[in-house]
Amino acid sequence: MLPENFASLTQDEKIDARLADWVSTEGKPFASPEIAETYRVRAQRYADVMRLREPDRVPTSVVTGDLQQHFMGVTLADYFYDYPKSVAAAIGFYEKYPLVEYFPFSNFQPGPVFDKLGYTLYRWPGGQLAADQGYQYVEGEYMTADEYDELIRNPEGWLLRTYWPRVFPGVAGLAGFPSLLGALELPFVPFAMSAIGSPAVASALETLLEASRLTGEFNAHMGQLIGTAMFAKGMPVTLGGFSKAPFDFLGDTLRGTRSVMMDLFRRPAKVQAACEAITPLAVKMAVDAAVGSGVPFAFLPLHKGADGFMSDADFAKFYWPSLEATLRGIVAEGVIPMMFVEGGYNSRLERMAAANLPKGTTAWLFDQSNMANVKKFVGSWGAIGGNVPGSLFQTGTPDQMRAYVEQLMATCKPGGGFWMSPGVVLDHSTEENFVAWLEAGNEFGKY
Amino acid sequence: MHQELIDAITEMDEEAALSIAGRLLDEGVSAIDVLDDCKAAMEVVGKRFEAGECFIPELIFAGDILSQIAKLARPRMAAAGETQHKIGKVVIGTVQGDIHDIAKDIVAFMLDINGFEVTDLGVDVAPEAFVAAAQASGAKIVGLSGFLTLAYEPMKDTVAQLRALDSGIHVMIGGGQMDDQVRDYTGADAFGKDAMAAIALAKGWA
Repeated sequence: MLPENFASLTQDEKIDARLADWVSTEGKPFASPEIAETYRVRAQRYADVMRLREPDRVPTSVVTGDLQQHFMGVTLADYFYDYPKSVAAAIGFYEKYPLVEYFPFSNFQPGPVFDKLGYTLYRWPGGQLAADQGYQYVEGEYMTADEYDELIRNPEGWLLRTYWPRVFPGVAGLAGFPSLLGALELPFVPFAMSAIGSPAVASALETLLEASRLTGEFNAHMGQLIGTAMFAKGMPVTLGGFSKAPFDFLGDTLRGTRSVMMDLFRRPAKVQAACEAITPLAVKMAVDAAVGSGVPFAFLPLHKGADGFMSDADFAKFYWPSLEATLRGIVAEGVIPMMFVEGGYNSRLERMAAANLPKGTTAWLFDQSNMANVKKFVGSWGAIGGNVPGSLFQTGTPDQMRAYVEQLMATCKPGGGFWMSPGVVLDHSTEENFVAWLEAGNEFGKY
Repeated sequence: MHQELIDAITEMDEEAALSIAGRLLDEGVSAIDVLDDCKAAMEVVGKRFEAGECFIPELIFAGDILSQIAKLARPRMAAAGETQHKIGKVVIGTVQGDIHDIAKDIVAFMLDINGFEVTDLGVDVAPEAFVAAAQASGAKIVGLSGFLTLAYEPMKDTVAQLRALDSGIHVMIGGGQMDDQVRDYTGADAFGKDAMAAIALAKGWA
């Protein structure tokens, strides 16, 4: 439970209150006091890292994208379409690898929901892809250049009436959703309701309700899975909300990579304005889900700001300002944003440090950055983790893995604020390398 | 060489570049010469990329300017019966199971600009398709692209099948999660971190 005076707390007090609530075992239906204590110790260890304290040992956590499926002998399509089988496989995975101490997530997703909506942005296993092919984004231009002004003027209106119909053909009728001003005067209301009752809009709303009902079926299984992980295995859930950098929202799945890169030259002011317009939405998305789930961490994968993707000057002009505003907005609500820093960020570290983000309020999961520099430039104000290469899991040896973990610990462990993680969402690994990584994490992680 | 065209492209001045190229062609400058100017400009952009002075947006944008100029120039080239000299053949594609194309497209484009005849097989390409294309084109250089870790196995299969076809084929791999460890695992000859590395490798093998 959060304190009654939560709204009047300082930012740091809000973070501590949310963390304390997350760590607390009170009122949570653990299977036994021992499991409750296991949960509490693990959660506290993780919370300590987030607040840059030195715990008893470095926590080891992993996001197992497709790994569980491969290890447990089920298909990737099963994790999209066969919920009971998926839950059984995931629980089997936790039992087989007890050193996995935090809810590891995975690509467990509701395929029927995407089918119902006719989602065009992605292809997924058991849908348009073979049962053993991982879900992938279809690069494209999903927002035309002449739609910038509408996005900037009215982002959610444009998303509702133009973008949703475009990427969810099943709800094409949303294009006719009426003006929300229709609620502002009594005589306006019938017009608004008439528009909502038009065949196209009504059909879209019915499709949304059905998609939501199908999501409810999925949620029941996800709830069972998370409940088992937490209350029977003592595994804390470490990701409550999701969001992205505003530039990535714009560049990934609105304009698309090619178009947004050319927009930097052709319409730079609109790119900046669009990022600013998206920022409050990016904050709200992260905070709403984190607060709703009681897990005070929001996961933000970072894409197009990586080394090589743009110059430092462009990073400073187009990428960082709206990302920084997003992070500050999330932190202000007492939620810790965790950035998954994909690719290399070696050229960005000094600029990040210069932003003076408040100490102990953000976490950074690195992929291929130089961790000595990460420790130097980020470690004093943000929690850091990651960096164990996906290639090492898949093609290395247990000895190589052990040596890598030992070296990484030596670089990053001193003083706390570090957790052990792969630098990737882990889809593939040999079993011996995965186990070697878990064991080495515990062995070399002790303070 | 027409320095003003080269400068316009390297300075990312799209409007000026298109206007100068159109004017040169109208003045009777041969399409081949105009495309050579474009190639010289891309070499400058490529060198700046290697030196860390310009980045993917500049590569994509300069490439787009060049494509627009090529659209103006190629019909005139065909009409005049001119052809560009090619220094080698390359087969390229994103391996089976992976549908990412941005990096692969940049590499294919830059190889083309640098004088290679490129057969681009697209994305989600089966090992057999790489083999068939290498056989059909006679290419001795094959580029395998992959963004995801799922690409390692199909890369390994593809390299094995290409080796079975012809032990003299050079194979390079590239993409977000590729490194020397993956090169060793797949049996490829080399891995490249970016398009410039791919060009250097291909030129070394041509």
